[in-house]
Amino acid sequence: MRLLSSATITTQPPVAQRMRWLLIGIVVAYVAILILAPVGALIVGAFSHGVGALLATLRDPDAQAAFSLTLQISLITVAVHTIFGTVVAWVLVRHRFRGRRWLNALIDLPFAISPVVVGYIILLLFGAQGLFAPLTDALNIQVAFAVPGMVLATLFVTLPLMIREVAPLLQSLDQEPEHAAATLGASAWRTFWRVTFPALRWGIFYGVALTFARALGEFGAVLVVGGDIQGSTETAPLYIFRALDNRNDSAAFSVALVLGLLSLTLVFGIERLRKRARV
Amino acid sequence: MTTATLDKRPPLAPLPWGRWSLRSGALIYLGSMLIIPLLVILHDDLRAGLGEFWHAVTLPIAWHALLLTLWTSALMAAINAVMGTLTAYVLVRYDFPGKPLLNAVVDLPLAIPTLVTGVMLVVLFGPQQALGAWLSQRLGINIIFAPPGIILALLFITFPFVVRAIQPVLQDLDREPEAAAATLGAGGWTTFRRVILPALSVPILSGTLLSFARGIGEFGAIVIVAGNIPFQTQTAAVYVLGEIESSDQLGASAMSVVLLAIAFGLIVLVGLLQRRSARRTS
Repeated sequence: MRLLSSATITTQPPVAQRMRWLLIGIVVAYVAILILAPVGALIVGAFSHGVGALLATLRDPDAQAAFSLTLQISLITVAVHTIFGTVVAWVLVRHRFRGRRWLNALIDLPFAISPVVVGYIILLLFGAQGLFAPLTDALNIQVAFAVPGMVLATLFVTLPLMIREVAPLLQSLDQEPEHAAATLGASAWRTFWRVTFPALRWGIFYGVALTFARALGEFGAVLVVGGDIQGSTETAPLYIFRALDNRNDSAAFSVALVLGLLSLTLVFGIERLRKRARV
Repeated sequence: MTTATLDKRPPLAPLPWGRWSLRSGALIYLGSMLIIPLLVILHDDLRAGLGEFWHAVTLPIAWHALLLTLWTSALMAAINAVMGTLTAYVLVRYDFPGKPLLNAVVDLPLAIPTLVTGVMLVVLFGPQQALGAWLSQRLGINIIFAPPGIILALLFITFPFVVRAIQPVLQDLDREPEAAAATLGAGGWTTFRRVILPALSVPILSGTLLSFARGIGEFGAIVIVAGNIPFQTQTAAVYVLGEIESSDQLGASAMSVVLLAIAFGLIVLVGLLQRRSARRTS
């Protein structure tokens, strides 16, 4: 009797079988039109003027300067968030203090705030009449319309990524090995490096990849803060924007393709490595 | 509080100064990255006064930009709720060739700069491209420099949000009630609507709200796809950029605060939703 009833549930009637292929078909078609078609179009578009045009764009000194600035800003961003993101995740998960919940909710805010608004806030802080203008003037640092401001903007936009990768891992981490290490006389620092860090490692690496990819592509905030000054504050996304404005489609498509491939390789590469490490 | 935690696990507790420096490091970092910037823009707005603020937001050009942003994001979020749920369901419940590939493609938008997304859509649907020209001449549908482009760009960018919110919950869902419903004679659709959907309501809602919030703030893809045509395709974020460039501080600040308030409200709402559901399950 039991066998019979379970059999009726698992073998689906033909209507359900048809339904199932219909649903799969809808989803596959949706993803193909919405995501794969535009990706394919960009690849075709970048090569439509020939491989020579693509290579010529990549040899253009302006494009190279833009890529180099983008990489510099992204590297600084990743370095800062790797350290401070891990510290924030640690404090949020392991410490108990008043306002912790509020702080935890606030961390997601950069996901939702428009990058243009982020850039505008930094101009309000560091612009000519900004709150911190006397300080930066005294130190003789240019923040608005310069690279330091663009780094700040990118830091703000990418703030949640590392924290949101590390915090859940830390939350579910068994603390017994840490206690054991501490009982055996290891210092807090040594316990972190030898016991906690190996458990968090792949979360941190994935956070690095996500932060890096997001920093590579940041556009709105960097446009507002940097002002797109060709040769000095032009990042790769700003280069694409200017090329489109000048109707130089082949340059825009080529740089867009390289930028897209760079962040794709980064994110999917790390994910593959993480999966392999787990197996 | 501190002594209690110290008593519970004495061997682990690091020296108090270590604890405090870690905590203050984290708080100073978050304070300077998040809280000071938010206070500054609020201060900038309040200085002008509420009347001026209201006037700046309700200027016809600003109001149109805000409404365009809200309705395109809302329509996108609605489509996303349906298609995201369907995609998660198909990925969790069915086996078919190419499933791992489909699963990987869901994450693709997270790894592509949104500006590049805009460029992709222009290459596909732009008026000078084959498909775009055909659509606009034969069917009279304009996608680039029109609201459909905005919605497509937002759908692309936020596609993972709903899918990835639902997937783990659906994976862990107890299948007993469904089997019971089926034995009691409920059809597939009834079982889905009465048994599965209620269990997924929180992840569907929070994923949808997050994609709505993301849509309202999006700039890079939209400025490429929709351009910057006042009263037609200018969204709120693009409007803020225009006000900054023409040095209209009041206009930029007022719209920025509206965008901030919406973002803040939605994030708080999602937080409350998730906390309530966590309390219910525990």
